[in-house]
Amino acid sequence: MTQEFNIDTVENAAGTPNVELPWAELGLKANEFEEIVKILGRRPTAAELAMYSVMWSEHCSYKSTKNHLRQFGAKVTEEMKKDLMVGIGENAGVTDLGDGWAVTFKIESHNSPSYVEPYQGAATGIGGIVRDIISMGARPIAVMDPLRFGAIDHPDSQRVVHGVVSGIGGYGNSLGLPNIGGETVFDPIYQGNPLVNALAVGALRHEDLRLANASGVGNKVVLFGARTGGDGIGGASVLASESFDDTKPSKRPAVQVGDPFAEKVLIECCLELFKASLVEGIQDLGAAGISCATSELASNGEGGMHVELTNVLLRDSTLTPGEILMSESQERMMAVVTPENIEAFEAVMAKWNVEYSWLGEVTDTNRLVITWNGEVIVDVDPKTVAHDGPVYDRPYARPDWQDALQADTFRSSEAGANLPSSGEELKAAVLELIASPNMCDKSWITSQYDRYVGGNTALAAPDDAGVVRVDEQTGLGVAIATDANGRYAYLDPYAGAQLALAESYRNVATSGAVPAAVSDCLNYGSPEDPDVMWQLAEGIRGLSDACMELGVPVTGGNVSLYNQTGDKAIHPTPVVATLGKLDDVARRTPSGWREEADGQAIYLIGKTFDELDGSEFANLRGHLGGLPPKVDLAAEKALGQVLINASRDGMIDAAHDLSEGGLAAALSEMVLRYGVGARVALDEIISRDGIDAFTALFSETQARALVAVPRSEEVRFNDMTSARGITVARIGVVDAQSGALEVQGQFTASVEELREAHEGTMVKYFG
Amino acid sequence: MSTELPLIGDYSTPGTELSGARIGVVTFPGTLDDRDAARAVRAAGAEAVALWHGDTDLQDVDAVIIPGGFSYGDYLRAGAISRFAPMMAKIVDAANSEARLPVLGICNGFQILTESHLLPGSMIKNDHLKFICRDQLLRVENNETAWTNQYDKGEEITIVLKNQDGQYVADEKVLDELVAENRVAFSYVGWNPNGSRRSIAGISNKAGNVVGLMPHPEHAIESGFGPDHRGTDGLRFFTSVVTQLVGGKK
Repeated sequence: MTQEFNIDTVENAAGTPNVELPWAELGLKANEFEEIVKILGRRPTAAELAMYSVMWSEHCSYKSTKNHLRQFGAKVTEEMKKDLMVGIGENAGVTDLGDGWAVTFKIESHNSPSYVEPYQGAATGIGGIVRDIISMGARPIAVMDPLRFGAIDHPDSQRVVHGVVSGIGGYGNSLGLPNIGGETVFDPIYQGNPLVNALAVGALRHEDLRLANASGVGNKVVLFGARTGGDGIGGASVLASESFDDTKPSKRPAVQVGDPFAEKVLIECCLELFKASLVEGIQDLGAAGISCATSELASNGEGGMHVELTNVLLRDSTLTPGEILMSESQERMMAVVTPENIEAFEAVMAKWNVEYSWLGEVTDTNRLVITWNGEVIVDVDPKTVAHDGPVYDRPYARPDWQDALQADTFRSSEAGANLPSSGEELKAAVLELIASPNMCDKSWITSQYDRYVGGNTALAAPDDAGVVRVDEQTGLGVAIATDANGRYAYLDPYAGAQLALAESYRNVATSGAVPAAVSDCLNYGSPEDPDVMWQLAEGIRGLSDACMELGVPVTGGNVSLYNQTGDKAIHPTPVVATLGKLDDVARRTPSGWREEADGQAIYLIGKTFDELDGSEFANLRGHLGGLPPKVDLAAEKALGQVLINASRDGMIDAAHDLSEGGLAAALSEMVLRYGVGARVALDEIISRDGIDAFTALFSETQARALVAVPRSEEVRFNDMTSARGITVARIGVVDAQSGALEVQGQFTASVEELREAHEGTMVKYFG
Repeated sequence: MSTELPLIGDYSTPGTELSGARIGVVTFPGTLDDRDAARAVRAAGAEAVALWHGDTDLQDVDAVIIPGGFSYGDYLRAGAISRFAPMMAKIVDAANSEARLPVLGICNGFQILTESHLLPGSMIKNDHLKFICRDQLLRVENNETAWTNQYDKGEEITIVLKNQDGQYVADEKVLDELVAENRVAFSYVGWNPNGSRRSIAGISNKAGNVVGLMPHPEHAIESGFGPDHRGTDGLRFFTSVVTQLVGGKK
């Protein structure tokens, strides 16, 4: 087919230096364009400009954060590196799991596309992160989704929530991957910038590990999977690296469109390629499409690649070379195959009915050369595209409003007056809390996801962590939890990031797993705003410090910036995913007690302080100010060890961490998990910690957990905690007959009352 | 010490399992629960044999399971393309032959069986229009099929339900016949989770060798990896067929 457009060749570019190029429309700054001209020694061709613009975008190049992100690699001890097989920089980090098994996981954002086009945005978020996992040679085994939406009663939340949830379900359910958890937060601050983060985890045998590099001169480069279309052009640059602004045209065409069936076939097809060792290097096509795949494969390998772009199979024959290079069409992979393996490779493609085309080969020229019908349209050093993008030291400063914000404590505010104190008031407050948008039951969402497929799901939402078995013979498996609290991070960005880690670490330990690795998705506003840049710098510093102290390395993740509309940025929202190891997932601890636990003792581990600033209760009263709960990483570590040991030694039958909503939320959730009641008394913690009943119930002091201990294990449990100097209080017992949560001397709420409050909210708003 | 089988490639168990029974599990492009079905077969003491949709060799299996998933993406009517697979022609012949090959269709497999006319009726989108995943209470209405003979009639069991297009529909005449001929194998108990006619969750053919249902017994065979309560209620689907194959008694 003849193309109607003129091809801008390298030769042409060299001869026509003064042609006006649309670099600004493609998201490049003047200094960046000048830098490209300097690198090339001439103006870029249209195709080269397309490649640089997407690869040098904030989304792909991390240009505003690179200098800060280095801390994740720097603040690491030898001990932390011990199990790390692949660290930051590859498609996903890989951690040794033992017995020859390894696990790879990563969390990423798909925020902007999910606001513009919620169904496809969320769907392709899952698709993209799953391909990252396959690229490492792993079989994906589970997904998770931390979600943040605007106000639950805002009309636009109907569009976004329905779209995002059905998009995640529609795509994820079709892949055969259990969705094992996540979180859902509603806050007006996310109204125009919902956060849709997606996590995938995969398992592999050590010998199956694959990396993205093109090695072996003469090896063939192949593109396979879906055809390349006009969707997602500029997704990384124009969409993900700019603030929303209603004066600009709709960005809907920049959102990719997903085909989960194609992805499922691609997964099986890739695993078959790995099993037969048919690929030398492999790279998924995500942000920046072929631009990213060719430049990264080439620069990570022996440095050269030649690709004939007309070999790319297209859905739309009118696409220009630049558009083909920028397209973010989904469900595509690029691989490097030796000439001897071509036939076997093609046989696998034929078996799975997957389309493929041979694009070119690996060379030793150190150049990435792309031709169009033989005419050279790209001739670049691939490293300048993939790795040598601009790096900025963006100015940042503590906002001048931060002091006033931190001085405005809940207790001193109008909202903090007349707090509930009688039993009746406390009961009403508990029911209001567990019915609130953030604390209410989210099974309206999770029941739209398949949590069972694969047959290895040992825990899923609403349990504290999702747990999946990796090895059916031994029970070896992993636990993962994702957490963040934007309000905490707004009050104190450094502490807020640490609190996100503390909670996800605690959640993993609560399930009985040993925390081993971290992946983070840093969702912030515009880095060009010094206030936001300060939040970001503080967040990265806080998280990297805390990872070092807890001994869990960051193995990868993603930064999502420009989450703001006009000059109103979201709360800084560092979402932290912690992965833990379980020698035998059969030993995992669920987050509630069953009928069989009747009579077991309920212990509260950890002290409770008066910490209500930034809490869910303060949020219910419309207040946000003061300082978030104190970070105590030593206490988190000690608590984690108790929970892990107690689980391993069979000392506890249920455990639930205390976080948002404090003891009130944790008790209610444990009762509701299996609908089994409990009797508790607050007197001991009230007198021991010098607080009132309201504070005991609603404070969000960290490093606490509730556990149910069988009578026969109480002596051992108490011995263990006292030997470790850990404060515990025996606050009550499981009561299977009562059908209620009784807080003695205060109130009794029946399981039905709790359930009605907890389960009614999502249905009320979303049907 | 560990095996790669469940992770990569096919899941066929080499050698002969306890019962000597060999049960095929068919994989189409887009099939999702094939490994789970194979695990259930092994848990019931039989050998799981991987069958590929494009092949025509049934490999002398003693029974066949068509597992759940989204074959061909379900972009057309669920199961509408898969019924034309070469393997399906073999399965239909074997199910209708004198030997009456036992066939179980789960979820997408049930949809494929109705599209193949081994079972009557059809599935349309759930009445609430959403995908639903829940622990589902069922009543065993017929315990005389190849796949239900280890249950008691009227027994209530909990297995997993998860689908988008699970609403069973058929015309009144067919529904009356199904009831009259004792071919309703399972009914939903309590809330009807998808609007199925007469709360039908699963049915059988006249001979009782072919059973199809929307819920997933293969996700309720191992304690701790299925429904919260009574997590192994699905296992007897598989022990039922093994029992019949080895000539055992109920």
